[in-house]
Amino acid sequence: MTRVGKVFRDRNLLLWGLLGTLLVLVWGSALLTGFDFAEGVASFPRAFAWMGANFLPNERAWNNLPSILNRLGETVVVSVQATVLAAVVSFGLALLGSRTTRPHAVFTPLVRALGSLGRNIPVVAWAMIFLLAFGQTYVTGLLALLLESVGFLTRSFLEITDETAAEPVEGLRATGAPWGTVVSQAVIPTLLPSLTSWMLFMLETNIRSATLVGLLTGTGIGFSFDLYYKSLNYPSAALVTLCIVIVVLALEAVSNALRKVIL
Amino acid sequence: MNILEVEHLSKDYRGVSALSSVSLTVKKGEFVAIIGRSGAGKSTLLRCINRLVEPSTGRIRVDNIEVTTLRRRGLRSLRTRVGMIFQHSNLVPRLTVIENVLHGRLGFKGAWAGLLGLYSQSEKERALELLVHLGLEGQAHQRCDRLSGGQKQRVGIARALIQDPRIILCDEPIASLDPASSKVIMDELRRICDEQGITIVVNLHQVEVAMKYADRIVGIRAGRVEFDDAPKHLKKKTIAAIYGQNHEDLLVEGVEE
Amino acid sequence: MSPRIRVRRWGADTWALGATLTVLLSVTVAGFFVLSLRGLDLGAAFAKVGHDLGILFLTPGAEHFTLPEMLQGLGFTLALGLLTTVLGALPALVLGLFAARNLGPAWLGWVLRAFVAFVRAVPTVLWVLIFAIGAGLGSVAAVVGMTFHSFGYLLKAFSESFEELDDGTLEALKASGADWLAIVTQAVLPSSLAALTSWTFLRFEINFVTAVAMGAAAGAGGVGFDLFMASGFYFNLHEVGMLTWGILATAVALEWGATRLRDSAGVRS
Repeated sequence: MTRVGKVFRDRNLLLWGLLGTLLVLVWGSALLTGFDFAEGVASFPRAFAWMGANFLPNERAWNNLPSILNRLGETVVVSVQATVLAAVVSFGLALLGSRTTRPHAVFTPLVRALGSLGRNIPVVAWAMIFLLAFGQTYVTGLLALLLESVGFLTRSFLEITDETAAEPVEGLRATGAPWGTVVSQAVIPTLLPSLTSWMLFMLETNIRSATLVGLLTGTGIGFSFDLYYKSLNYPSAALVTLCIVIVVLALEAVSNALRKVIL
Repeated sequence: MNILEVEHLSKDYRGVSALSSVSLTVKKGEFVAIIGRSGAGKSTLLRCINRLVEPSTGRIRVDNIEVTTLRRRGLRSLRTRVGMIFQHSNLVPRLTVIENVLHGRLGFKGAWAGLLGLYSQSEKERALELLVHLGLEGQAHQRCDRLSGGQKQRVGIARALIQDPRIILCDEPIASLDPASSKVIMDELRRICDEQGITIVVNLHQVEVAMKYADRIVGIRAGRVEFDDAPKHLKKKTIAAIYGQNHEDLLVEGVEE
Repeated sequence: MSPRIRVRRWGADTWALGATLTVLLSVTVAGFFVLSLRGLDLGAAFAKVGHDLGILFLTPGAEHFTLPEMLQGLGFTLALGLLTTVLGALPALVLGLFAARNLGPAWLGWVLRAFVAFVRAVPTVLWVLIFAIGAGLGSVAAVVGMTFHSFGYLLKAFSESFEELDDGTLEALKASGADWLAIVTQAVLPSSLAALTSWTFLRFEINFVTAVAMGAAAGAGGVGFDLFMASGFYFNLHEVGMLTWGILATAVALEWGATRLRDSAGVRS
């Protein structure tokens, strides 16, 4: 075989090899989990047909709207609180951990580890842990979302502090300004638009997670859905879903528009 | 009178030597150009002077003050007397031109005034004066990220000048600029040196520019000083040694063999 | 008296920034006054949670399951994640080609994007529960339900990767007479392969965490379900700790792998 031919053959072998491995993994996973492909595929049209007939709000469902909106409001407020508090904490951690502003190199691995802890323990795990201490109050969801958000935001904030803030900080340090002044006159003005953009992004994520957390902890809009779902009141559950969709889409639209202006 | 004395300065980064026993003296009012390849140690040398980078060994004296042993307050006080301009200007992009110039005064302020960014009327007037002189009066309230490279560098110069510095360190100030803007900046630096007696130390990688503006040229190669004399004594052979290339390959005019 | 000299500027961007932050901050503060604690003793609760976290992280242990069983649970959850990733990636690959602005018709791209926006607006857990009505609470509902977001995320990621293909390359190929399918298999796919793999692994990481959540909240089984039982049924903090450590270790390993892939593929996420 020519040398060129060999290159193509090796590449194709590699591709087929990878594909084969993937196939084995997928088949193994299906076996392990008892997932039936045929049933999975069949469930699609079946589910949508059912949804078209039964998963629509009816008159009784609309009567539940006030209490649904109440719970939705609670969820949105808690999501905002978690996002804002997390941003403050994460910004502080980023200042400590970023090589641009850190008081000492030892803080960087510590901050990264804290971020990893928040991020890689699923928000549901945090929720169930906090449920034990805080019960079915908004604090449970707030703390779970807060820790998760701190995990994500710390990583992002660290990155932008390392990169975007480095040059303005050096410029101001060279004039003899002390650390606090450098932070307030160089770091914050440079990063505030990006920080806000990340906050908006985190808020979108948190509202989605909040439904899940609410389901598990009996708070907020998740609780509403669970209530109607378990009592087989599907039209009301559908109404809850509709409300969530509207809020999420509206937030996305507002958030995108704001980001264009701010950045 | 010597404004800057560097004695056996060395800097190591994890076993890699960036500067090896560099010694250098600069007299008050001199215009010194430091030339050398990228990575030769020019930026490290400059940053050791105001301790943006910590020297490993050696002594540095600015205006007869020993820099290497200064603690926080002393170090900040030193930095108010040493102006610095950077290759990318290092301005705060979203703030106005005039606010960036005023940042040069933050080293002189007490904790609260600095934190809140409070400037006196006289400081603001001085900032405007500098902007007028540098031809940036019309941009005083523009966002800095809307300026051209040459304009940003002029803001950087104004920020350094408002400190009333004794010496200005310039780290490759024209490396990112086009020839026309470069001339404006270098002319301004020369003017500052001639008219106000402020010592200028500039890092450059273009030898012709160094030849044209400097009173003295220092050539650095691999962290060591290879040449330290007036421009007229710089030979093509020496330039080749500094840049590590066959001297026939270099595009340098007006230099003897 | 000399005139006041202005130092700062106000433009559309600063107004928007200020307004956004003010609104967010106000809602945050107001929320604490409006939301009800329902008689919770906050101090005691914080003390308890500190104590709980100590037990959790420092003294993990298991009563109702063994270590191999936990590993099996993790494997189960990983398998759920794998299935939904593959099921999401395959249609995303095909439709991503159509959705890419440089490869498919503009209207189709727009329709697909709108569809994805709607799909992603419904939280995953609700999709799973909706499908569970017909298919029952189990792996089928979980995998299918999770696939919606999996597909949506990957469709966006893949189509954007395809759009990054150099316009010049495409033009040259079209000019030489290559048809759409040839262009796709010989130019688009090979050059995006690294990015596609990277995005897929990133989604796999997310799907693992989601699968844990579905195990806890939607009866999908696996380590998430074990966690739900340990905390909500047996109230055994040592078990919760052990499961948390297991999940944490797996998630960190996946994140590490995904970051390595992303860096070597040069993808911005």
